[in-house]
Amino acid sequence: MKADPAGVLTGSHYLDGDYACGEGAMAAGCRFAAGYPITPSTEVVERIARRFPTMGGTFIQMEDELASMAAVVGASWTGTKSMTVTSGPGFSLMMENIGLAAMMETPCVVVDVQRGGPSTGLPTMVGQGDVMQARWGSHGDYEVIVLSPQSPQETFDLMVEAFNLSEVYRVPVLFLMDECVGHMTERVVIPAPDEIEVVPRRLTSLAPEEFQPYRVNGELVPEFARAGDGYRFHTTGLTHDARGYPVMSAEVQESNVHRLVDKIRLNQDRIVRVEEEGINGAEVVVVTYGITARVARAAIDIARRRGVPVGSLRLVVLWPFPEQRIRELAGEVRAFVVPEINYGQIVLEVERCAGGWAGVRSVPHGGGGVHDPRRLADEIVEAAR
Amino acid sequence: MKVEVRTDVAWEQHPMAPYVRTERMPHVWCPGCGIGTIVKCYATALERSDIDLDKVAVVSGIGCSGRAAGYFKLDGFHTTHGRAIPFATGLALGRPQLTVTVMSGDGDLVGIGGNHFIHAARRNHNLLVILINNFIYGMTGGQNAPTTPLTARSSTMPFGNFEPPFNLPHLAASSGAPYVARWTSLHVRRLTWSIEEALDRKGFRFIEVVAPCPVLYMRLNRLGSGVDEMRFYHDNAEIRNGADTRDLNIGFHEPIVCGKFVDEERPTYDELRDAHYREVLGDEYVPAPLEGGMIHG
Repeated sequence: MKADPAGVLTGSHYLDGDYACGEGAMAAGCRFAAGYPITPSTEVVERIARRFPTMGGTFIQMEDELASMAAVVGASWTGTKSMTVTSGPGFSLMMENIGLAAMMETPCVVVDVQRGGPSTGLPTMVGQGDVMQARWGSHGDYEVIVLSPQSPQETFDLMVEAFNLSEVYRVPVLFLMDECVGHMTERVVIPAPDEIEVVPRRLTSLAPEEFQPYRVNGELVPEFARAGDGYRFHTTGLTHDARGYPVMSAEVQESNVHRLVDKIRLNQDRIVRVEEEGINGAEVVVVTYGITARVARAAIDIARRRGVPVGSLRLVVLWPFPEQRIRELAGEVRAFVVPEINYGQIVLEVERCAGGWAGVRSVPHGGGGVHDPRRLADEIVEAAR
Repeated sequence: MKVEVRTDVAWEQHPMAPYVRTERMPHVWCPGCGIGTIVKCYATALERSDIDLDKVAVVSGIGCSGRAAGYFKLDGFHTTHGRAIPFATGLALGRPQLTVTVMSGDGDLVGIGGNHFIHAARRNHNLLVILINNFIYGMTGGQNAPTTPLTARSSTMPFGNFEPPFNLPHLAASSGAPYVARWTSLHVRRLTWSIEEALDRKGFRFIEVVAPCPVLYMRLNRLGSGVDEMRFYHDNAEIRNGADTRDLNIGFHEPIVCGKFVDEERPTYDELRDAHYREVLGDEYVPAPLEGGMIHG
């Protein structure tokens, strides 16, 4: 399906990442947003609040992030594409209802413009410390999809993708920006509506008496019924059967959790996305995401001038993690270098997948700034030894 | 003698069968609990109203009363602890043609969810909130609630409660709720009328229903059985419609003032938003579609 023209601001613009994020959401068909102000993410909903009234969208500033996330899950059950936007402390508050969205299999998008943490940390300055929280932040076992853009243009493009993925797999998609990408202003080209592919909600074609909200018929993702369409279904955050009724048993828990996990794990080849450059013949591969990918480019240039064959692997999708690709590369390269604006999160995954076949070097940064490319180049050179 | 339950006959002939998920019976509530009565009152009110049941959604949080949404043959959402009101707000804004009812407990709605309660009342969202007040956290084993009367015992106040409880009608009214009432689960007819009336109003409508918890609150406080509590309500509930909400505190085993305290017109969130945007944006304003979502394609 093509994008609704009402939400698409076709043309070439000079936008920061936060505005591009809002534009991407509207182009994707998002028509409900709930949020609570928090730096450095607030510009996303400010953009939306200004534009929604002319396209049939509803933005509401809720009393806190708990309410924002709960409202997003509720609104999504009306078939309305829904999102919220936050940063570290608010992201922590949203976790319980992100779990609810995962359990009820509710499509929605949660944007986290990362700042330095822990706690209130560095409200106006960059961090990338929420990567593991995005993956594991809500209690219990479930899978989500996490995307991470490196520029305002990619923020726009990936937001459309984020909504599409949330519809296809009926999961919350977490959109991990960082303060640098959010506040960096660059050219953003927004295509014509008929060039933007959007995925509509997969509504059931069954009659109400035949429909069960979590019956999958051998598939991994159930069909959807909107509240108010006469299906009179029930859904719950409790462990539930195909009818959406609570069942407290190990057997139902097993099938419930198994499918929540499988629908992403068995489809990870379709979801995983990396961008590679100069990998062939490389001795060192720098694994990056978000703003760090752009800083690493300068470091890679320096290292190449110093004679090190170095390639770059950028994670566009953080979760599911590209396990297979890292395993392959581990047999071919001497080492991975993983700069992150945190004290080592994605590096743990790289280490796990490398399985000892290649060296893995973490280059941590506490936040409040980005890596110094010269220092990062030193690490690359060191790793090649 | 073994009693044969002829489910087909018993359930289909039950007057509430069209409104209740009979296949989920028996429900989880204890003997003597008041929640089932309130479920029946709500179903009866729906039956008497001319609302299209396909367009009715019930949202609950967590706790004993939180199970209510699961028993209605309606779109039902059993959400997270304390978040029934914001979840319901999303539903109501996402598809404005829905009639959305929040049915949940005192701990859920004004303990962990208190912030949402006052803000939803302030914004005057189109929500009917039926709060079932049993003075205690039942599902988790009788802990102190923000409604537990002074001196009453709970499992976490074993020497008696010393925290002043909320006066819920006053909390709702002072937060801006345009419809505020309180009944007990003994007031079956009046409660049903009140729900029926509230379904016919708009905005944030609040009905507190005091209900017995024989297994925890009453046992811990040696108040007898569910039937004893019905007798207590019968002898001690005083109906004072229009009473000043400041006078509605509930003391331990003391008379309970019931009635309708507030019933006025106040523009809802949706009305204020639409009027404002029409004024400032004119024809450019496109309201959210009544049927919600999927406005394109």
